[in-house]
Amino acid sequence: MTASTPALQERGEAVRRNLMSFLERRTKHPVAADVDLFATGLVSSLFALELVIHLEQSFGVTVAGTDLTLDNFRTVDAMTALVLRLGGDDRE
Amino acid sequence: MGADAQHRLAVLGAGTMGTGIATLAVGRGVPVTLVDVDEGIVVEARTTVARQLRLARLLGVLPREGVEGELITAVRLADAVGVATAVVESVTEQTQLKLDVLSEVSGLVSPGTPLLSNTSAIPIDELAGATARPQDVLGVHFMNPPYMITTLEVIRGPRTSEAALDKTMSLLDALGRTGVVVGDGPGFVINRVLQRMINEAARIVQDGIATPEAVDALFTGCLGHHSGPLATADLIGLDNVADSLRVLLDRTGDEGYLPCDLLVEKVRAGEWGVKTGRGFFEHGGTR
Repeated sequence: MTASTPALQERGEAVRRNLMSFLERRTKHPVAADVDLFATGLVSSLFALELVIHLEQSFGVTVAGTDLTLDNFRTVDAMTALVLRLGGDDRE
Repeated sequence: MGADAQHRLAVLGAGTMGTGIATLAVGRGVPVTLVDVDEGIVVEARTTVARQLRLARLLGVLPREGVEGELITAVRLADAVGVATAVVESVTEQTQLKLDVLSEVSGLVSPGTPLLSNTSAIPIDELAGATARPQDVLGVHFMNPPYMITTLEVIRGPRTSEAALDKTMSLLDALGRTGVVVGDGPGFVINRVLQRMINEAARIVQDGIATPEAVDALFTGCLGHHSGPLATADLIGLDNVADSLRVLLDRTGDEGYLPCDLLVEKVRAGEWGVKTGRGFFEHGGTR
């Protein structure tokens, strides 16, 4: 499944905006959607757990099992794809 | 599979190390009873273990799928250790407290149940002397965080039996850990060297010779250490560092182990490192 329909694209945009504003608030830096958060040192891998919790609380998804991997949290784009795949929506 | 049925751990003390050891065990499918003296502490410990388990899976250091060991919490030793196949003592690094706990627990477990102390520095034979069966006592020095660091120091006391050592190595195998067996003595190997190094590094900062950042940058940059002595101290907890140094000072008489003023001052001010948000460095935030 890809974000091909206008509705999906719109949901994807909302998720992306939410994540970028969350990251900017926490890191005090604007964050591009495709930047590797861990490789650039913007956040530590320990902070990834806060990203998991933020995703779950903001979009009503549960991240478990094989989805619980750093690669799903490496970029805003990767997190957005995960949220869409898990059927989350922006609750804020 | 067999490991799940064979091993059942009791962990005494739900502090930084106790909760970390419990996380490791349940993540590896080994059931755990975690004991502390206060209901509030064990309730909080359940939340901590759940959080650490997710973090460990996220980082790929514990299996993401498979059977989780059951976590039971208790506030009385008698409710916890009867069915345990091994007991890990992980209470505060104070000799009398550890002696009291080990003495009580040795009266509650069946003979041949290994009693493993996670002491940082107290000689194992000294602790073994407080128990009914010194041959069942040995040191298992988990590193922090226990669910991430796979090698640990196993201390065989002069009275530790071969059977107790064998059972311990089998448990560590089930936990996916590698034990390096060493002999007994204050601080064993790691802390005899490390605590002295931390104290000296703190004294260097106290004397204005270098900042904490500069000290650690030399150890990481020049010597290739994964983290410098002061970041390591913050991770261990400065309260525990000061306690361990006193244990080493009392038993060796070597003044190099006398906790330096800056360290004592930080402990008094509640700046214990990662666990309180500030030590030699600031913690929390996104890094």
